[in-house]
Amino acid sequence: MKLLKDTWLMFQRYLFVFLRNPAWVAIGVLQPVLYLVLFAPLLKSLTATPGFPTGGAYNVFVPGLLIQLGLFGASGVGFGLIAELRAGVIERFRVTPVSRFALLLGRALRDILTLVVQSLILLLLAIPFGLQPTVSGVFVMLGLVALIGLGMSSLAYAAALALKSEDSYAPLIFTLSLPLLLLSGVLLPLQLAPQWLQHIAQANPLSYAVTAARDVFNGHGSDPDVFKGLAIMAALAVVGVLIGARRFSRAIA
Amino acid sequence: MIATHDLRKTFKSRKGAVEAVAGVDLDVKKGEIFGFLGPNGAGKTTTLRMLSTLLPPTSGQATVAGFDLLHDSAKVRYEIGYVSQEGSSAPEIPGRTELVMQGRLYGMTKARAEQRAAELIAALELADCADRPTRTFSGGQKRRLDIGIGLMHLPQLLFLDEPTTGLDPQSRARMWDEVRKLRDIGTTVFLTTHYLEEADALCDRIAIIDHGKIVALGTPDALKRQVAGDVVVVGTDNASDRVLQLLRGESFVREATAGDGVVRLYVDRGETAMPQIIRALDAEGIVLSSLSLNRPSLDDVFLHQTGRSLRDAA
Ligand SMILES: Nc1ncnc2c1ncn2[C@@H]1O[C@H](COP(=O)(O)OP(=O)(O)OP(=O)(O)O)[C@@H](O)[C@H]1O
Ligand SMILES: [Mg+2]
Repeated sequence: MKLLKDTWLMFQRYLFVFLRNPAWVAIGVLQPVLYLVLFAPLLKSLTATPGFPTGGAYNVFVPGLLIQLGLFGASGVGFGLIAELRAGVIERFRVTPVSRFALLLGRALRDILTLVVQSLILLLLAIPFGLQPTVSGVFVMLGLVALIGLGMSSLAYAAALALKSEDSYAPLIFTLSLPLLLLSGVLLPLQLAPQWLQHIAQANPLSYAVTAARDVFNGHGSDPDVFKGLAIMAALAVVGVLIGARRFSRAIA
Repeated sequence: MIATHDLRKTFKSRKGAVEAVAGVDLDVKKGEIFGFLGPNGAGKTTTLRMLSTLLPPTSGQATVAGFDLLHDSAKVRYEIGYVSQEGSSAPEIPGRTELVMQGRLYGMTKARAEQRAAELIAALELADCADRPTRTFSGGQKRRLDIGIGLMHLPQLLFLDEPTTGLDPQSRARMWDEVRKLRDIGTTVFLTTHYLEEADALCDRIAIIDHGKIVALGTPDALKRQVAGDVVVVGTDNASDRVLQLLRGESFVREATAGDGVVRLYVDRGETAMPQIIRALDAEGIVLSSLSLNRPSLDDVFLHQTGRSLRDAA
């Protein structure tokens, strides 16, 4: 119960901080919207290419875009934590009896909420372009985004606590997130990739999320790939939370 | 309230190891104001962070507020408050919100936490700014808020890391009053400082720490008594070394040190020593530029133990 209560206290705190500056919600959505407007139209002429998944350019591209939103949104959360470290807030919390899991989960839940709201905005914006969402598709999609948000933001917090400075945190997330993105099939389906590239992509957990997301948006909702995607993201979330909470309980020497 | 045995902390880095705390034995009694006096880098913050469960010691034992520091750190946390040297509030959050949050983390109900926050805001004179984001606070207001945060849950033991650094003399005096009030209600206060006057005026007992080791421990008066009866400070124009040579051997001089262009002579009775000093210098033709008789200060205690002045060591 203490865990729940502490998590709720932390969640409120970070939601408050976030709501003081709601522009961040819009800024987070801006980048995917640019992809939607300036990139997705290119795919229309590719839909006839052999190997391109069926369902239309937007039903193929938008699910991937949401996964990308989750990845990028979550990987940037460490900056705020580094600022808090510097202000002494984290040290202050660590002297209190607050649950160390709550220190992580309160924050991560705020990040998840933000991502879910952003995802809904993006889905709505994509409809006029030609996205045809289904209810079940949207739910599975949001579930995937939430799990990615939990896993990746926990890992981002762990990295921020370990590195303690923007100067080393920023290069780390930029170097890691680009290959994760390229090897996930977000921009172009991996079915178009040569064999060796597909093999490498198999090592990237996010590629399974993208496959799952595309399946549910294109009438393959009961495909085993969907469960596989959800299961792998759930595993990522568990691993992320364990690593993150461990970091919060360790000394910040 | 606090008992430590051979507490040590060594920081290892690529450039080698730093022994920040090199075997500290302490015994802090319930209800006293205990001061940790030492220059920059002496190991004050490191010791405090170990005692407040933030940093695992490299070796040694400690009992804090009745619980073993290493095995019962969760219980220790309920009993202590810790105000760090650097501050503890988020710039975008209002002061009152920070106070309430802190209380709730210790399990207070919302109503109780709000009531307690209001009490502290009044006591620490934060009413004007409490509802603004802390970014807009002055340095002194921020420091008082930090202390309020540490006091929210009425801890029986409060650690204050340099509570008055950066405060003007008036705020400092007010802070001292606050600390004394805490003692009056039975709170044990463990504070660090590098202000001699603060250690002298505020603390019941002090430990002087240098290079991670305690070099002297006791009440300020006892420590000063331990050094000598009086200190005679002899100023000359560039003749310090000669003065030192000359007077060091005199039977009435217990100890002598030179620095900052003056020679400090530790003597039993200043009144009788002064004429003798004047005569001795006169005989050698050394011209005095100043001569003063002082009661020993804590700086003399530090000087006596380490051979350096605390003012220079900082
Ligand atoms: N995380 C760390 N890693 C390496 N060295 C450290 C670390 N923290 C402290 N030190 C070193 O340990 C020594 C003691 O530092 P500490 O902060 O305890 O001093 P202090 O007495 O609080 O000084 P000040 O009056 O400047 O606050 C210093 O030499 C410092 O550089
Ligand atoms: Mg310090």
